[in-house]
Amino acid sequence: MIYNIPYIAAGLIIIIGIVTMTLKRDLIKIVMGLCLVESGVNLFLVATGYIDGGIAPIFTNAGPGRMVLPTVQAMTLTNIVIGIATTAMLLSFVMIIYKKYKTSDVTEVGRLKG
Amino acid sequence: MAFVETMSTGFGGWSPLFWILAFAVSAITGWLIWRRGESSCKTGTEQEKPYLCGNKEPEKGDVHVRAGNMYWGFTEAMKGYYEFLIPLHTGILTDYILWFLGVIAVMLVLAAGVF
Amino acid sequence: MIFEWIVQNSPALLLAVPMLGAFAVPLMGRIGEKARDGWVLLVSIATLIIAGILTNEVLTSGTVVYTFGAANPALSVPADSGGIPFRIIFAVDAMSVFMAISASVVGFAVFLYSIVSSARMSGKDSFFALILLMQVGILGMVCTGDLFNFFVFLEINSLAGAALVASRVDKGVAVEAGLKYAVLSTLGGLLVLFAVGLLYGQYDALNIAAIADVMQFGMPEKVALVLFVAALAMKSGAVPMHFWTPDAYSMAPSAVTAFLVIASQASLYGLFRIVFTLYNVTLDYAAMGWIIIILGVLSMFIGVTMAIPQKDIKRLMSYHAVSQTGYMLLGVGVGLAVLGDENMMRAFGMTAMEGGIFHIINHAMYKGLLFLTAGAIFYQAGTRNLNKLGGLGHSMKWTMLFFIIGALAIAGIPPFNGFASKLLIYESVFIFSPVLSVIAMVVSILTLASFVKVFHSVFMGPRLPEYENVTEVPKAMLYAMGILAFFVILFGVFPQQVIDILISPAAMALADQGSYISAVLGGN
Repeated sequence: MIYNIPYIAAGLIIIIGIVTMTLKRDLIKIVMGLCLVESGVNLFLVATGYIDGGIAPIFTNAGPGRMVLPTVQAMTLTNIVIGIATTAMLLSFVMIIYKKYKTSDVTEVGRLKG
Repeated sequence: MAFVETMSTGFGGWSPLFWILAFAVSAITGWLIWRRGESSCKTGTEQEKPYLCGNKEPEKGDVHVRAGNMYWGFTEAMKGYYEFLIPLHTGILTDYILWFLGVIAVMLVLAAGVF
Repeated sequence: MIFEWIVQNSPALLLAVPMLGAFAVPLMGRIGEKARDGWVLLVSIATLIIAGILTNEVLTSGTVVYTFGAANPALSVPADSGGIPFRIIFAVDAMSVFMAISASVVGFAVFLYSIVSSARMSGKDSFFALILLMQVGILGMVCTGDLFNFFVFLEINSLAGAALVASRVDKGVAVEAGLKYAVLSTLGGLLVLFAVGLLYGQYDALNIAAIADVMQFGMPEKVALVLFVAALAMKSGAVPMHFWTPDAYSMAPSAVTAFLVIASQASLYGLFRIVFTLYNVTLDYAAMGWIIIILGVLSMFIGVTMAIPQKDIKRLMSYHAVSQTGYMLLGVGVGLAVLGDENMMRAFGMTAMEGGIFHIINHAMYKGLLFLTAGAIFYQAGTRNLNKLGGLGHSMKWTMLFFIIGALAIAGIPPFNGFASKLLIYESVFIFSPVLSVIAMVVSILTLASFVKVFHSVFMGPRLPEYENVTEVPKAMLYAMGILAFFVILFGVFPQQVIDILISPAAMALADQGSYISAVLGGN
């Protein structure tokens, strides 16, 4: 049971992120919800690689025993970098929309309809 | 591309060759008929202006049928369907996300047997 | 010697050349305008040549496997690894190279067009760099054989596409469209990454062939399949997740829209690769096939009925893009539903898959052509509102001709290429279920109706006084449209040659997934 706690936490963070994205009305909070989903996915990825009683995956002066899987750590680093670029671009979009529309309420930022 | 082949669909075929021959024949026929036309018509003179039994010609902008007025019969006949469908495209971002999650939920039930 | 080296390293060069070109565009911009335009054209021609070389290589000698970082590019499974391919591998089979060649041809036409059409924009360095990066993303998505690499290229695609959609700020409306596109794409990408993580946790491998070899259909794999299919169908614009498509396509500059269509089709390729090659024999064919068929039929019908009352020319065309995506989903879905049954597959399943796949390249050609003509109209007349346009046929004769070719092709009128692929889809789907085929034909008629509406309201009618000074667009834009129109007519008049050379190998590569696994893992 205790080994499932990271997965449960990751699932909870993803669900909280999705709920934030759909229920909040401010554009910045929607972007925050997207960041929460991304953090949840990162936590899930790192937790997948854990091996019980494992050591850090560094070859130099390594002790005996199995190493935790390093591939997921590389995947998580890549995703963090992608997340930085995405969040920066989304926040700059929100800034320009606020400057032009004078509002950041998602129900009013909807000129393209039908 | 050596020659024009027949595309076989398994139940028949479509041969572009026959279409090209038919098009060539009708184009030549059309050209022969056009050649027998009146050649003394001059462009840019009184002969080219529209004639409406002596009435005044309306503004050019009023004569042209705009896109909003076309297919009025079609949109009117399917009014129930359109009045349901067009308000669904609200333009609000959170509604789009809700539709996406709804499709994921339906597919989880149907394809994966989760619930 | 040099040519041998290029042929041997062509999958890597296919990505390296546009990427280098993208990062060197600001440098060329410092030197001058003409230098930058010439550099962009040079890079796109080089990409097209390399794609042609790779196509020739794959179609003559089978799947090309390229391992990054190994001593020999074909050494996918090293001797001391215990049978696991642990480097990033590009596995280019007939379906990948089919998508790559269509992306390169349309990309070249788009670059030729955008050199002129972006003349009134500012910030052209970043504009060209972003389009080249989007081309890198598309080519990477279709060539890769590794799941996480697919996710990375998917994100490159989404980010570059969103930035390009918002590039013409247009009082904030284009930025709103870019925001919707970016949020939905990122959410879809994160769900794809979640599914990749699920599969990695289950099998400790990221290579598509390695996972497909040992795949069993338990609960994590089912959840991963649903997440993959839903996210990739959303990225390609299937109803009911299509809401971002009209917004993003109508607000982007027209050359970019023609390229966004290719990006959506690359996501469709990803969907087919996951369903056919990764999950192959463990799937429940009928259930998954019917889900894809229902997505396709909904997209076709709702796309075209939403297009008829539109008043913005590009919004109308983007609803048609949603509708034509439905045709591709319908064709390949019918092929998937009968994949397990040998007799039905031979009777009409392969024809349906060939029709769906042929429709992908046809749609890229004629939809690109239509969006480029819409861009030409906007460039000269200054408005996209159909209620204000009229009488442009007097002064824009070549644009009118290209629009007629594109509109007849999308409606499925012989002898253009749309008719060839739609005939394949009609005849094979009719054997499967007559109702679906009738719906497809009705959608074709409605497509023709809405394009007749656009043609009349834009080109027909008397010369209007407000468009007195409208002349024909510059030559480079006409050449770009001419390239796409040439392919539309070529694929329509010689359909059987195209099917034999390009489409049949691609359909066989999807239907027979054992060949993919044996090509990558070396005959296991």
